[in-house]
Amino acid sequence: MNQSWKPTATLANIHARAELLHSIRQFFADREVIEVETPLLSNGTVTDVHLAAFSTQFNYAKDGTDKTLYLQTSPEYAMKRLLCAEVGPCYQIGKAFRHEGEGRWHNPEFTMLEWYRPGFDHHRLMDEMDDLLTLILGVSQAQRKSYQQVFAETLGIDPLTVSIESLQQTLCEQHIDVHGNDVLDKDAMLQLLFSYKIEPIIGQEEPCFVYGFPASQAALAKLSQNDRRVADRFEVYFKGIELANGFNELGDAQEQRRRFDNDIEQRKSLGLPVVESDERFLAALECGLPPCAGVALGVDRLLMLKTGANHIDQVISFPVSRA
Amino acid sequence: MANYSTNEFKGGLKIMLDGEPCNILENEYVKPGKGQAFNRVKIRKLISGKVLEKTFRSGETVEGADVLDTELAYLYSDGEFYHFMNNETFEQIAADEKAVGENVKWLKENDVCTITLWNGTPITVTPPNFVELEITETDPGLKGDTAGTGGKPATLSTGAVVRVPLFVQTGEVIKVDTRSGEYVSRAQK
Repeated sequence: MNQSWKPTATLANIHARAELLHSIRQFFADREVIEVETPLLSNGTVTDVHLAAFSTQFNYAKDGTDKTLYLQTSPEYAMKRLLCAEVGPCYQIGKAFRHEGEGRWHNPEFTMLEWYRPGFDHHRLMDEMDDLLTLILGVSQAQRKSYQQVFAETLGIDPLTVSIESLQQTLCEQHIDVHGNDVLDKDAMLQLLFSYKIEPIIGQEEPCFVYGFPASQAALAKLSQNDRRVADRFEVYFKGIELANGFNELGDAQEQRRRFDNDIEQRKSLGLPVVESDERFLAALECGLPPCAGVALGVDRLLMLKTGANHIDQVISFPVSRA
Repeated sequence: MANYSTNEFKGGLKIMLDGEPCNILENEYVKPGKGQAFNRVKIRKLISGKVLEKTFRSGETVEGADVLDTELAYLYSDGEFYHFMNNETFEQIAADEKAVGENVKWLKENDVCTITLWNGTPITVTPPNFVELEITETDPGLKGDTAGTGGKPATLSTGAVVRVPLFVQTGEVIKVDTRSGEYVSRAQK
């Protein structure tokens, strides 16, 4: 008999999800952070070179033209538009979609918790994230290490000054053998070393926050006041899982536009699908984003940690292969 | 032969790497938060038997390997080649010494082995997990030893040497696990 109608998650894990969502909502209610909703289907999308959005056709637009709409890869732009409209501290639990493969930690449709704190910098937001993880997972306080520090401790290199040649050397010494002749760029090599050699080590007992990513991996974070080589961006790792990514949010519309243009140029040179900058988002930034920090956390991964699941399918009722 | 995208990677898929057919053992999708996606793949090279780890850029395609496992009965060796036969079609095929390798010591006539063919040529010969072979030479055991502690070496009809319990004698047929090379039991008569 065909068994593919059945959920891949156990009933216990389906209940654990309900409980987890309740705890998260209570956590924010206690702190007077309001829950918001933004569109899953949007006119604009991200320019990130390494993010691919699902798209669909909308044939009933009021102006009579057929439009491409994108499933959101994260609610970031829309939530920042709300922040520019002075909504104040807010959070959202919702689905995000990424057009990429399945894996132990990946399903193309997943649940994301994203929240923003006007008046916080990324360190204060890390404090709050720490409180949430302590509450949900019952772990002790997280460790905090800079990106530079974790590379120095595990691989003995300085990620900010290291040359392409010595990174290649390090990959070789660490037996990371990349297929093909094209040389990877510096960020890709750093990311491979991080995924293979650092992620499995850090944050084993308690979560580990890594902050101060290279400026070239800033995404939507501000560059650091003290060292322009690094961005005020952090990631949270626990038991080998990348759990969350946060920023001291970039509010400078011109700088944001430059980063989008740069992404779009890179997309063109790589032959990736053409996307346009989200003009509504940029218009909102021009109006003024209150200084704030924000973070996105993978709820399915958090649930994996809470339930001890070793594959994301065990916490999702119907992963894409059964959806 | 078809090409495969990294999305199709899974355990058991046969691909070409550095001109050698390989079997994918494990495949993990790796996607750093803001970076490009990779596939971290554990691979066994089918000719050298080497296991190695390779990283592919996700979306990359690689050539498939025309590799096929067949079940064939071992017939005989002519000193240079080892001859096998398909028991249904009676088709015969010869494997060279390189393909048989160390496993020559487990080859017994009429035993059905797994022959891996690459483009129709045998590249590996895998004997059954258990074979029954006669002991041609072993020291007489000590009287009264039935527990089989310690053990002693025994030479089998194929030339293989395995450790057997002291109570097992020359001329007896024993069952051996070819994966570990260990004695299992006396053969059932």
